[in-house]
Amino acid sequence: MANLKAMSFDFRKDVVDMIMSGKGGHIGGDMSILDCLIELYYEQMNVSPENWGDPNRDRFVMSKGHSVEALYTVLGHRGFFSLDECIATFSKFGSPYIGHPNNKIPGIEMNSGSLGHGLPVAVGMALAGRMDKRDYRVYVAMGDGELAEGSVWEGFMSGGHYKLDNLCAILDINNLQISGTTEEVMNHTNIVNQVADFGWHVIECDGHDFASLKAAFDEAKATKGLPSCVILHTTKGYGAKIMENKAGWHHHLPNEEEYKEIVEELMARKEAALNE
Amino acid sequence: MNKVPNRKAICDVLMEKAKTDKDIVVLCSDSRGSASLAPFFVAFPEQSVEVGIAEQDLVGISAGLASAGKKPFAASPACFLSTRSYEQCKVDVAYSRTNVKLIGISGGISYGALGMSHHSAQDIAAMSAIPNMRVYLPSDRFQTAKLIEALLEDQQGAYIRVGRNPVEDVYTEDNCPFEMDKATVVTEGTDVTIVACGEMVYPAKQAAELLAKEGISAEVLDMYCVKPLDKEAIIKSASKTKAVIAVEEHSPFGGLGSMVAQVVGENCPKRVICMALPDAPVITGTSKEVFDYYGLNAEGIAAKAKEAIQA
Repeated sequence: MANLKAMSFDFRKDVVDMIMSGKGGHIGGDMSILDCLIELYYEQMNVSPENWGDPNRDRFVMSKGHSVEALYTVLGHRGFFSLDECIATFSKFGSPYIGHPNNKIPGIEMNSGSLGHGLPVAVGMALAGRMDKRDYRVYVAMGDGELAEGSVWEGFMSGGHYKLDNLCAILDINNLQISGTTEEVMNHTNIVNQVADFGWHVIECDGHDFASLKAAFDEAKATKGLPSCVILHTTKGYGAKIMENKAGWHHHLPNEEEYKEIVEELMARKEAALNE
Repeated sequence: MNKVPNRKAICDVLMEKAKTDKDIVVLCSDSRGSASLAPFFVAFPEQSVEVGIAEQDLVGISAGLASAGKKPFAASPACFLSTRSYEQCKVDVAYSRTNVKLIGISGGISYGALGMSHHSAQDIAAMSAIPNMRVYLPSDRFQTAKLIEALLEDQQGAYIRVGRNPVEDVYTEDNCPFEMDKATVVTEGTDVTIVACGEMVYPAKQAAELLAKEGISAEVLDMYCVKPLDKEAIIKSASKTKAVIAVEEHSPFGGLGSMVAQVVGENCPKRVICMALPDAPVITGTSKEVFDYYGLNAEGIAAKAKEAIQA
């Protein structure tokens, strides 16, 4: 198995380069969800450029669409499109690589950007799989700030009602949103119980530990008769101290000094991972 | 008097087609009765999805089904579908280019005395303003059936508004000319053009009959395809007549009248009178009482037509 941990720091550098190139992006949430995306696209999901368009492929919906830079990076490395071109043109005039997922890009299932849309859409995909007796799985990633959108709970309700065990919701719990901590802005007192009460099997994991991620998604796959929700405990801005756990880095554009500092730390952490 | 509402015509077509097309899926938000779709749920339980009173979920789930190859028809009262789930219609259907057919039932002021919360006098404007969204208001049960048959053949999202009550037939079973996205010329004429959609087509046809008795030749266009609007039909008719009347069960802003005025103004300038509901909560009453009160009936349309060509 490749050293995913070491690889994740190279991917983080690509995310930062993309944001520097496009002069903007949602760096904090990219860094918190990235390891989950690597686990899904390299270890868990049956989707690749080769089977893109195959009705039996696994599906991923990025409901927290502002973390598109992390998604582009993983899809680019998996060969869905040229990552170099994506980084060079990101958010620039006429570029297809815009600041939220768009399904004109290979590898992207649905357009998102407005929060609270992904889970209902994923419920529909999972229902279709059941109707057509296909064995694909559907994954959808949401942020913790996103949980304030009422439509999220409509999706939890219908996913639980229809006992969609081919559906896996992912909550990126980094505890921060643009205005501050999720606890201050709109608190979810007990997200584990709240989701479980809607008829879901809830699994918690360390969103930056690949063994923990693997165990969580393996358990979700093995869960029958009800949908699963993997709760990722993550660090917003994970990868460099300067941006970790800082609400201001939700969509902060690093200056040159900050960029150097981030890249140095990413490469140092990569070395440490290689030597583990 | 016809007793079959247009919503029942939709159910009949879907029931017939679903026998051989297993990808047709009907979704309701606790609205299967109001949508006349209860028989579909009984006959095709595997192709039916109930989402409860949750319109955002309704449209999102429909989009997910469509992205996986299904042909969803999401039916919900037009007042909720076109507002509560407006963003899902915009992002999950139109922007993501999913083949979801949004069926707005009990549209316009069909719900009468239930009040403005239950009226959808803004849906044409709202839905038409979304890129990639198509908007259809069929006039009678025969045209509704032909429209649904045509929509089953394409792969693009659309919003279809029908009323709650049975409406008089504009056409007959044997004579219902229909070409997708082309207005139907209900009555040919040379003095005045009347463009109408949905439930306003029948009174427009009646108005032409009243006008004929006074020696005025009115051309009536059934613009069931509000978007994409059949501009050519409007230009062709308006170019030969003296004035244009647009009639709709909608707010006076952003609907059929606004679109017709744009087309005529740009291409063959002449007087356009837009007949619509007021920019206010409408008076309490049945559809007929409300239409009569605001002059959205044969007499009212005929009077406006005379006024327009005499001006």
